[in-house]
Amino acid sequence: MDNYVIEMLNIRKEFPGIVANNNINLQVKKGEIHALLGENGAGKSTLMNVLFGLYQPEKGEIKVNGKAVKITDPNVANRLGIGMVHQHFMLVDTFTVAQNIILGSEPKKNGVLVDLKKAEKEIAELSEQYGLRVDPKAKIRDISVGMQQRAEILKTLYRGSDIIILDEPTAVLTPQEIKELIGIMKSLVTEGISIILITHKLKEIMEACDRCTVIRKGEGIGTVNVNETNVDELASLMVGREINFKTEKTAAKPEDIVLSVKQLEVKDSRQALMVKGLDLDIRAGEIVGIAGVDGNGQTELIEAITGLRKTESGDVFLNNKKITGLSTRKVTELGVAHIPQDRHKFGLVLDFPIGENMVLQTYYQKPFSNNKVLSFRKIYEYAEKLIEDYDVRTPSSKTKARGLSGGNQQKAIIAREVDRSPDLLIAVQPTRGLDVGAIENIHNRLIKERDKGRAVLLVSFELDEIINVSDRIAVMFDGRIVADVKPGETNEQELGLLMAGSTKEKAGEA
Amino acid sequence: MFSNRLFNIVVPIVSVLLGLIVGAIIMLFFGYNPIEGYLALWNGAFGNMYFFGETIRQTIPLILTGLAVAFAFRTGLFNIGAEGQVFVGWVSAVWVGISFDLPAIIHLPLAILVAAFAGALWGFIPGFLKATRGVHEVIVTIMLNYTALYSSNYLIRNVLSEGGDRTEPIAETASLRTAWLSETFGYSQVHWGFVVAILMAVLMWFLLEKTTYGYELRAVGFNEHAANYAGISVKKSIIVSMMISGAFAGIAGAMEGLGTFRYIYTHASFTNLGFDGIAVALLGANTALGSSLAALLFGSLKVGSLRMPPLSGVPSELVEIVIAVIIFFVASSYLIRWVTLRLKKGEK
Repeated sequence: MDNYVIEMLNIRKEFPGIVANNNINLQVKKGEIHALLGENGAGKSTLMNVLFGLYQPEKGEIKVNGKAVKITDPNVANRLGIGMVHQHFMLVDTFTVAQNIILGSEPKKNGVLVDLKKAEKEIAELSEQYGLRVDPKAKIRDISVGMQQRAEILKTLYRGSDIIILDEPTAVLTPQEIKELIGIMKSLVTEGISIILITHKLKEIMEACDRCTVIRKGEGIGTVNVNETNVDELASLMVGREINFKTEKTAAKPEDIVLSVKQLEVKDSRQALMVKGLDLDIRAGEIVGIAGVDGNGQTELIEAITGLRKTESGDVFLNNKKITGLSTRKVTELGVAHIPQDRHKFGLVLDFPIGENMVLQTYYQKPFSNNKVLSFRKIYEYAEKLIEDYDVRTPSSKTKARGLSGGNQQKAIIAREVDRSPDLLIAVQPTRGLDVGAIENIHNRLIKERDKGRAVLLVSFELDEIINVSDRIAVMFDGRIVADVKPGETNEQELGLLMAGSTKEKAGEA
Repeated sequence: MFSNRLFNIVVPIVSVLLGLIVGAIIMLFFGYNPIEGYLALWNGAFGNMYFFGETIRQTIPLILTGLAVAFAFRTGLFNIGAEGQVFVGWVSAVWVGISFDLPAIIHLPLAILVAAFAGALWGFIPGFLKATRGVHEVIVTIMLNYTALYSSNYLIRNVLSEGGDRTEPIAETASLRTAWLSETFGYSQVHWGFVVAILMAVLMWFLLEKTTYGYELRAVGFNEHAANYAGISVKKSIIVSMMISGAFAGIAGAMEGLGTFRYIYTHASFTNLGFDGIAVALLGANTALGSSLAALLFGSLKVGSLRMPPLSGVPSELVEIVIAVIIFFVASSYLIRWVTLRLKKGEK
């Protein structure tokens, strides 16, 4: 008889109109990293919210350490030793790591005063024990996203959790940070902690996990031992069909230069020079991928090209026309489309209906408005055509954008941007947080645009994506393009070194 | 599940009912007859043409200040400065009313327009500071309320009169009152401003919901990053929005100057029209129609309360309590949402 710390048996959870979980079984052994795999909307988060006491299941049984329990709210879950690190961190920016960790269960001194000293000491010890290397006195806003995540992990450990749920923890991390996180997870399980990893990234499962439970459309598909499976099998289990990882495409046929960036310098909001004399040319009919670790000036470069940020010096040309310093609207009208990195912050007005989001840049043009009066009939006709053509799954075109799943929000943005027939299509992290099915769809869409003779600029922190989709890779480091390589002639290792600032010669040796 | 629209209708209605119930309980507690009290309130607001006229008169500026606050709110701004904008509008309208000699067809619209312009100018200042310097509009509008109050008092004493406490009355050609209308409504102070108020409510609805400007302003209100990304000028939108908001409040001032009083007097303190506008917008869920109905409710409560002491002995202050309770319940509408959700669950 195996020793399970968590058993969720025949769990069923319904929401009005849908069954989010139907007869799902999840059994987690002590001291293992157990992956919970599924597409966006498959029901992973629902299942974990049931385990964490945020939802009550309609049917099914939960056992912790062999004992049947009823988890009515997160406090009960905490008492049972279950801790959860959410995808969006629950941290107070202006507090220190230690202040955040003790929030809600502050150690007291003389009955009333918060004993921060004691907490900081205990947290430092915990951090040491598990190799987390977090400074308890650092303010959250001053530390990297990776560190913030470790602070969240520390918070669960500090509360005495021995079962930790990590909800898509790598979505926000750089490749280096992902490696470190996997190391941390492995050291946690050697200390007897059990981890449930919610993810749809197959490579990470292969690297980090012991076993993997797959959910598809609310149904439990089964549990596999990771060392007895491979990425292809996991992908087809998750999606229910064969997935092609190697994006199929013909060789690029580059034509005239569409975008030309010359000696561009751009400062960020804190007046630090982030783009330092950058040169870049992109031709019609090719996809140029910018590889680089986040924070090497990619954001500033894209904002400068699209008119969202002013430039210090240098020039940007679009079809041989100078567009430096033009407004975003002018740049958009001249034929630039932009799939932004953060779809919630920039890409959509979440409280607008999805239909009205489809004309975010074109609402003032005919036929969407006449003499400044909007034609909602035309707007929704157009939106419904896009929804149909680009397979955006939404209850209706009048549904608020907020109500769509992440993948469908992204599809809506892509539909809007691509349908304007831009000369230059800029896609920043277009597949962030999406599952393999949606990723495949988006990659094919980018290639299709290339084949129509458009110039595509792809910025991504995922090396797979860069290598798979690009026709040419420009490696960006410290505000410059430091290398220009062909995807067929390089590998992740070399790119990784180039991204870290190593020269081409040195990287080639490695 | 409740849709948002339904929720926006249910909350104010439930809040109003709760406010009236609490008022009744208080009346009972102090030994008054709540039915008599409310009957007096009803008669005081709608009992005859005179009271009805007074209710309309009270409702007019409340609609306009409510629109001012609601408009700004819909575009992500909090205009606490309607109060000050009422003052500058009032002074400007009276100034035009007493200084020019024009035919009515020009004089009256000109006076209203100048008041709107003055209110817009008063709204421009916080809008401009917010857009270019990031100064929070709440701080600036609060300070400008005092500036407007004392400046208008100065102008009344030193420019519009010779050291007096009030100006001379405006010319008949700039007046919103007509003999026929007053007669019809039992010689009350009612004036044609209600036409202006209704037109402005329609204008706000049209501007915000049907035009490209409204699309831009709402986009900025919901998510200025996305608006910026889409090529909408966020700074321009903030300034324009505050100016339009200020114009509505300025016209509210004109209603007082050209209709109710037909002069302006030095004020020791605020009129509260601007502050009541916040409550009106809140109860009206920041829509044009909602704010108009909320203004009518507050207008009738305020006017009706004056008849409560003579007819039922209930002090008129009771109505202030009722209004406060209504605002309290609207503001804590999440509580009502929570209860209704629980009830729904219980049914299942």
